[in-house]
Amino acid sequence: MELPELDNLDKKLLNLTQENFPLVPEPFAELAKQLNVTEEEVIRRLKSLKEQGTIKHLGAVFDSGKLGYYGILCTVKVPPNMLDQVTAVINSYPEVTHNYLRNHPYNIWFTLQAKTPEKLIALLEKIKQKTGLKEIISLPATHTFKIKVNFNLAEEEG
Amino acid sequence: MLTSIEKQLVQELQTEIPLVSRPFLALAQKLNLSEEEVLTKIKDLAVRGVIRRFGATVNHQQVGYVVNAMVVWQVPEEQIKEAGKILASFPEVTHCYARPAQPKWPYNLYTMIHGKTHQECQEIINRLIRASEIKNCCALFTVAELKKSKMKYLSL
Repeated sequence: MELPELDNLDKKLLNLTQENFPLVPEPFAELAKQLNVTEEEVIRRLKSLKEQGTIKHLGAVFDSGKLGYYGILCTVKVPPNMLDQVTAVINSYPEVTHNYLRNHPYNIWFTLQAKTPEKLIALLEKIKQKTGLKEIISLPATHTFKIKVNFNLAEEEG
Repeated sequence: MLTSIEKQLVQELQTEIPLVSRPFLALAQKLNLSEEEVLTKIKDLAVRGVIRRFGATVNHQQVGYVVNAMVVWQVPEEQIKEAGKILASFPEVTHCYARPAQPKWPYNLYTMIHGKTHQECQEIINRLIRASEIKNCCALFTVAELKKSKMKYLSL
C-alpha cells in the first residue's frame, strides 16, 4: 500500500484533531492559532487529508451502548471455497459494522449491532440460513477495559 | 436517557462536520439553537459518555500502522480485572474487552494491537505476555478488512 507523504504540519494537525478538537464556534481558527498558521491553511490541509483518506471521519463518535444498542462479536469457521459467498451475505446487513478475515481456523470475525438482543439472535439465524453455516460463536462484551483508537504521529526533528 | 432535542442532535451528528469557518452554524439553525447551545449539548453528551470522542478518526493503515492482530487470552475468571488493566495500559493496545468463554472457544480477554510490521506486532505481543504473565494466548493477524462501516443510530 502506497502511504501518503505527511509533513510535520499534517502530523501536528492530525494529533490535535484526534485528541483535542476545540469545541468552539470557530474550531479551525482555534487550531490555526495553536499551530501558528492561517485558518485557510488548516481548512485546506484537512480537506486534502480527507480527500486522500487519511482522515476517515471528522465529528462525533458515539458509544453504541449508551444509545441503547446491543453489540456482539461473532466468529465462524468458513471453508476457503465459501469465503466470497459468506462474506457477501454477512456484509449485506447494515447491522454488520465490521468484518475481518483472520489467520486462524475461526477465520471470519464480524460485529453486529441491534436495538434488542432478540434482534441480534434473529439476524444470526438469518445469516446461518442464508450461508448454510451451522455454528456461529457469539461473544458479547461483558466489560470494556479500553477503546482508544487515536494514533499519535511522531513529528520529525528539525 | 436522551431528551428529544438530544436525539435530534445525535441524528444530525452522524454526518461529519463541514470544513467551513463556523461548522456548527447550519446545525444550530436547523435545530433552532445557538452555536453555543449546540456546543454545550455536545460537551454534555461527551461528559455522559454518549459521545465517546469528538474529532478526527484516522485511517491507521495510511499513517503506517499496516499490521494488526486480535490477541485473545485465557485468564482465570478471578484474575480478569487485573489482567485487563495491565493489557489496556499499553499504548499499542487500542481495544480491550472481557467476553465470556464459550464451549469451543476458551478465551475470555480480547485485545487489538497495531504495529508497523509483523515483527513489531510480535514484539508487542511478547511484551504483553511478559507483563501480564498469561501463558495461554493466541494471536489472530488480520488478513483482510472485509467491511468497516458506521452504524446509523436512532434513524427515523
